[in-house]
Amino acid sequence: MAIIQGNTGKWEMVIGLEVHAQVISNSKLFSGAATEFGAAPNAQVSLVDAAFPGMLPVINGKCIEQAVRTGLGLKAQINLVSIFDRKNYFYADLPAGYQISQYKNPIVGSGQILLDMADGSSRIIGITRLHLEQDAGKSMHDQSPNETYVDLNRAGVALMEIVSEPDMRSAEEAGAYLKKLRAILRYLGTCDGNMEEGSMRCDVNLSMRRVGVKEYGTRCEIKNVNSIRFVQQAIEYEAQRQVEVLESGGSIVQETRLWDTSKGITRSMRSKEEAHDYRYFPDPDLLPLKLDAQWVEDIKKTLPELPDDKKARFISEFGLTPYNASVLVAEKENADFYETVLRETQKASGKAAKDVATDVANLVTGDYFGALNLSGKTIAEFHITAPMLAELIKLKLDSTISGRMAKDVFEAMVESGKTPAQIVEEKGLRQVTDTGAIEKAIDEILAANADKVAEYKSGKDKLFGFFVGQVMKTTGGKANPAILNELLKKKLS
Amino acid sequence: MKLTDLSITEALIGLEAKKFSAAELTDTYIKGVEKSEDAGLNIFITRTPEIARRQAKESDARRAAGKAGALDGIPIAIKDLFCTKGTRTTAGSHILTNFVPTYESTVTQKLFDAGIVMLGKTNQDEFGFGTANVNTAFGPVISPWSGPDPAKAARKLIPGGSSGGSAAAVAGRFAMAATGTDTGGSSRQPAAMTGIVGMKPTYGRCSRWGIIAFASSLDQAGVMTRTVADTALMLKVMAGFDPKDSTSVDKPVPDFLSAVGQSIKGMKIGIPREYSIDGLNPEVNLLWDKGIAMMKSAGAEIIDISLPHTKYALPVYYIIAPAEASSNLARYDGVRYGVRVPGENLSSMYENTRGAGFTKEGRRRILIGTYVLSAGYYDAYYLKAQKVRRLLRNDFDEALKKCDVLLTPTAPSAAFAIGEKQDDPVQMYLEDVFTISLNLVGLPGISVPAGLASNGLPLGLQLIGRAFDETTLFKAASALEKAAGFNHKPPFTA
Repeated sequence: MAIIQGNTGKWEMVIGLEVHAQVISNSKLFSGAATEFGAAPNAQVSLVDAAFPGMLPVINGKCIEQAVRTGLGLKAQINLVSIFDRKNYFYADLPAGYQISQYKNPIVGSGQILLDMADGSSRIIGITRLHLEQDAGKSMHDQSPNETYVDLNRAGVALMEIVSEPDMRSAEEAGAYLKKLRAILRYLGTCDGNMEEGSMRCDVNLSMRRVGVKEYGTRCEIKNVNSIRFVQQAIEYEAQRQVEVLESGGSIVQETRLWDTSKGITRSMRSKEEAHDYRYFPDPDLLPLKLDAQWVEDIKKTLPELPDDKKARFISEFGLTPYNASVLVAEKENADFYETVLRETQKASGKAAKDVATDVANLVTGDYFGALNLSGKTIAEFHITAPMLAELIKLKLDSTISGRMAKDVFEAMVESGKTPAQIVEEKGLRQVTDTGAIEKAIDEILAANADKVAEYKSGKDKLFGFFVGQVMKTTGGKANPAILNELLKKKLS
Repeated sequence: MKLTDLSITEALIGLEAKKFSAAELTDTYIKGVEKSEDAGLNIFITRTPEIARRQAKESDARRAAGKAGALDGIPIAIKDLFCTKGTRTTAGSHILTNFVPTYESTVTQKLFDAGIVMLGKTNQDEFGFGTANVNTAFGPVISPWSGPDPAKAARKLIPGGSSGGSAAAVAGRFAMAATGTDTGGSSRQPAAMTGIVGMKPTYGRCSRWGIIAFASSLDQAGVMTRTVADTALMLKVMAGFDPKDSTSVDKPVPDFLSAVGQSIKGMKIGIPREYSIDGLNPEVNLLWDKGIAMMKSAGAEIIDISLPHTKYALPVYYIIAPAEASSNLARYDGVRYGVRVPGENLSSMYENTRGAGFTKEGRRRILIGTYVLSAGYYDAYYLKAQKVRRLLRNDFDEALKKCDVLLTPTAPSAAFAIGEKQDDPVQMYLEDVFTISLNLVGLPGISVPAGLASNGLPLGLQLIGRAFDETTLFKAASALEKAAGFNHKPPFTA
């Protein structure tokens, strides 16, 4: 919980988020026009999208399925009857003069999302509802000094509006919520979660109250904040602003505010008095949407394993630490990649999953993710493949190379793209496991340092490390550390 | 007999027997259309003689090849609310005065597929807002019933509305049939006023795709012809499930024509006592009694029934219809198509465009609709109206358990003069008092010309059926048609 220390006391944030997630579907919510991002302006517009006279909407079943899938993934109630309403307002990029949305009877009711916080604690955030609605088009004011251009490619694309309960208490929790929601949507394949392309957008509702007070304060809504980082910045700024207003004797005006990315501030867009009267009413062109309970059950059976379940399995089945498991399941691609490397390692080493799982997790979350991030590539694009990582772990497990050498080999893999075996071969990195050779090296070192041996024997234990280092030096770092330790102890006893 | 006096049924026989060609039939009709224009009836917003001639020629070729469709070569008029590919479609509104669709409505496509010939697009009340065809950007339609020289008549009569152009076209023999639409009586009421048959099928029977929307939960395509059999033929072609309209219903379309002429012996016909409204024109009342007697002598059993919520139908309608219209018409904003009147910013462009684009009645309905949906008023108006609408539906469900069809007047009076009632919107709204309930409950209705008022103007009676049971309705309508034997023509015809 993030507490703001004001001049007159402590304040607590109350945050609720509304996320607009673009549904992954080939065509729009009520028309057959394509939805692909990046097409030429007005290239993906049907007569329905442009609201030509006499045109009628027809529900796209795929979008309904995706909404139900998402609802199930959020452990939410699926409403077998829902109603599409018209939200009426005039704007140049809203061709019909109304947006088809769901007002009183959304397709999905209450659900929840579990947050794993960085400190190891967890929080449950309530989901109020999820409803389907059409996106609007885009007004472009920068194409001409005195005219506005309109691109309707986005008009009519299906959005899921996912509304949370006001359960979050810090910018950090809001960030964790968005990350978790995005992960769930990606696992489900219902939204690509790409905030830069606008396929996931967020409105923040924030109010402040004194610590210990139960009642909510007056809230402001911050519109269209288009990255998780900006959401967190906007929350921090807005919380501070509200505290300053409240502490200086003012009151918060319920209003819609805009996040100004360049200045890092929120500013007033319109007040409650200026708010639209949307004149919602059921769309008479569409019948109430009725779902078959069995159909919903069938969708439930096709749900993938979601992050929370996957994390639990990684811990119980593989013995991973909660931290490693959390990192791995945060993105579906990462978890999938981990399991692929794990399988390849089992194949290469002939060992049980549980015996190699932690080694694999450490390599994937450590060196591999580090290098991947540096490269700026995706897992699929990156030249270090799962079989290469499996081979590297196998070489370590069978003592061909030491842990220290594995790090060097990995670096060489990233640099050259060669396989671990090739690198070990070329650089002669093969670990020395021949006890005779190691013994010989030890004898030489001990002989050359008789005084130190005497000191050691008189109680200066720390010198053990010195001897190890010296032997490693003469063997070029290739001596198997375990064998070296064992032999050295024997010689010095 | 003149070609223009033939019914569709008769014309199809003539075409098949090679007594005349579709080209000849069409040319005759095109001449009639020109005559109506010369006389100033103002029936058509857009005439399409070139298209008609081409289609007629193609029709003759199909017939010669033995590939004639169900309505091949029949020249008809299309209400300007149906989007027609490549032909201007205005909805009777200035805001769409330059709008040429790139697509064909499902209903007109079905008609074209069956071989019809399009003579033109008919005048109408803007978006369907009216009962007299005076709320139009293209000037009022003058009924051919006004006199032998209608434009110079002392009282230029309305043809009814909103499908006034279609009604006048069919009544005056300027088209063999016409499409209408019906949101509150817009096909049935003008049919009654012009002495023709007008029908609204069950909601969901015809696709609304490509019909410019007025009130989506009330709109249906309508049929306007000179005989019940012709309406049956037309509806058979126009009806059917359309995956592009989520409110169209996937039910088989029966052969309606086979019901025409069948006996109604034992049929139970309900007479809703609430339709005897105060101040009902005594002549209309008399005609209603006559209709009851006719059905009785044709073998029907007459049952007195009650539709207790009838008096709420009109107020409920004037909440729901404008509410939906206010939203449906929001798209006419000058941004993408239609008329645009520039402004110094977006809001003023909207205001200028919509202020200039809609008629006064159009603006009134948008304002009413916006009001009843507004925060703080929604529950008291829109939600309450929807609840009463449910009660109305229950009334009809109960009544139609006891009887097969209901018989009522179609309109409270015969046609009146252009300009009358114009300053009193509520008087205009009352024109639909008998027809409007059916749109609220979705049931089918048909108006059959049944007699003349003492001033020589036609009056109609309405039959109401069960949902998707147009077959029984056609049976009853053809019996009424036969018994009434209405064979009057307007004083001015093609």
